[in-house]
Amino acid sequence: MIRVWLPAHLRTLAKVGSEVEVEVKGPVTVNSVLDAVETQYPMLQGTIRDHVTKQRRPYVRFFACEQDLSHDSTEMPLPDAVASGKEPFMIVGAIAGG
Amino acid sequence: MSKVRILAGTRKGAFILESDGKRDKWDVSGPHFAGWEMYHIKGSPADPNRIYASQSSGWFGQLVQRSNDGGKTWEPVDNKFVYDGTPGTHQWYDGTPHPWEFKRVWHFEPSHTDPDTVYAGVEDAAIFRTTDGGKSWQELPGLRNHSTGNKWQPGAGGLCLHTILLDPKNPKRIFIAISAAGAFRTDDGGQTWKPINKGLRSNYIPDPEAEIGHCVHHIALNGSRPDVLFMQKHWDVMRSDNAGDLWQNVNGNLPTDHVVYPQKDGTTKEADMKGFGFVIDVHTHEPETVYVVPIKSDSQHFPHNGALRVFRSRTGGNEWEPLTKGLPQKNCYVNVLRDAMAVDSLDKCGIYFGTTGGQVYASADAGDSWNALVHDLPPVLSVEVQTLS
Repeated sequence: MIRVWLPAHLRTLAKVGSEVEVEVKGPVTVNSVLDAVETQYPMLQGTIRDHVTKQRRPYVRFFACEQDLSHDSTEMPLPDAVASGKEPFMIVGAIAGG
Repeated sequence: MSKVRILAGTRKGAFILESDGKRDKWDVSGPHFAGWEMYHIKGSPADPNRIYASQSSGWFGQLVQRSNDGGKTWEPVDNKFVYDGTPGTHQWYDGTPHPWEFKRVWHFEPSHTDPDTVYAGVEDAAIFRTTDGGKSWQELPGLRNHSTGNKWQPGAGGLCLHTILLDPKNPKRIFIAISAAGAFRTDDGGQTWKPINKGLRSNYIPDPEAEIGHCVHHIALNGSRPDVLFMQKHWDVMRSDNAGDLWQNVNGNLPTDHVVYPQKDGTTKEADMKGFGFVIDVHTHEPETVYVVPIKSDSQHFPHNGALRVFRSRTGGNEWEPLTKGLPQKNCYVNVLRDAMAVDSLDKCGIYFGTTGGQVYASADAGDSWNALVHDLPPVLSVEVQTLS
């Protein structure tokens, strides 16, 4: 199972705790993890990435294993520690505003 | 006994205020959706327990919430607003073409007869409709595809479709307003639209009497007489007696501002202008009684002389009286945004408005006197009211 860490507002929306677990079949990438998250929690569709273009929303960041993966290809394999469930894939609301 | 329910959308959540028909004691619940911008919340006239709320944030985008029990519980419904076909472009602030991009829902207008049918006014300006209670949204593309659509430019708040009025006597007729394209009307249920801006004069655009380009802030009507419209424009309060075919200025004795504005040839011109504001509404039982909140100039956006005054006309415009009892008359520098006033249907008519300072004011006597129901909410973006039997 893949561990996914959600920001506070999305936890409230999905009625879950800080972390959820999803099953990914095939390569573990940003896209496949988000597909699984959105399937399991359909109310999150459109809140992390655009419904149509699938582009990351500007103030949402993707972190894992102390790396910022936000600008990496969403088809690149995520670190082994994420794929094995040792580390979470973190969806983070960017520090923005005043 | 009747009850009244106020639905207040704020920058940081939704608040629901309820009272019995006396309207002297109010229970406040909220914040619902704490931390989210709640642009608009409106109940269905056909089923007052059915309420739709626009929830958004700069981080996580647009959500739509639906309640089936008068706001006690909510469920997220479809938040996918996709423009019909290939969207094309409108004009950006600098005049260059800019692709249409959905940003948020500014306004929900539920059908008079079907709780599952709701119209949504969005930014970038377009009108969407659901007929399944929010499970899916479809654009009515005839509006955005109007021959002038590629010339529409955003106002300071964005290219937003903020006003939707459904004609209660003619289900095929809908009025909408866009900042800063102007007002439009459909007479065929949303398939085709025409600009209804004749008679408007806007000195801040190259052709002050252009077909489109006017910064209409809000429009209101009384359901007993839907051909009569009242408009709060960037400057000017206007009235139409023929469903928007022609407008006339009814500023009358509203407060005056001295304004300097640019001319085509690069020079400037000075003028005394009246009637800047955002909000406008009409008394439920007296269709010639109209309410506005004049705000000082288009660059300051606060009440004249720090005194919060609602102006009431009982003559359909031109003759206005300031209403001040219970409202702060010094050191008040709040604004009242375009969707932040509503009227109930009790007798005497209740008037409600919210401010950017977080107050919700109410009058249970048609504006003669006012009370702040709450003082310290986040900035209020919208106020709607339901009269419940």
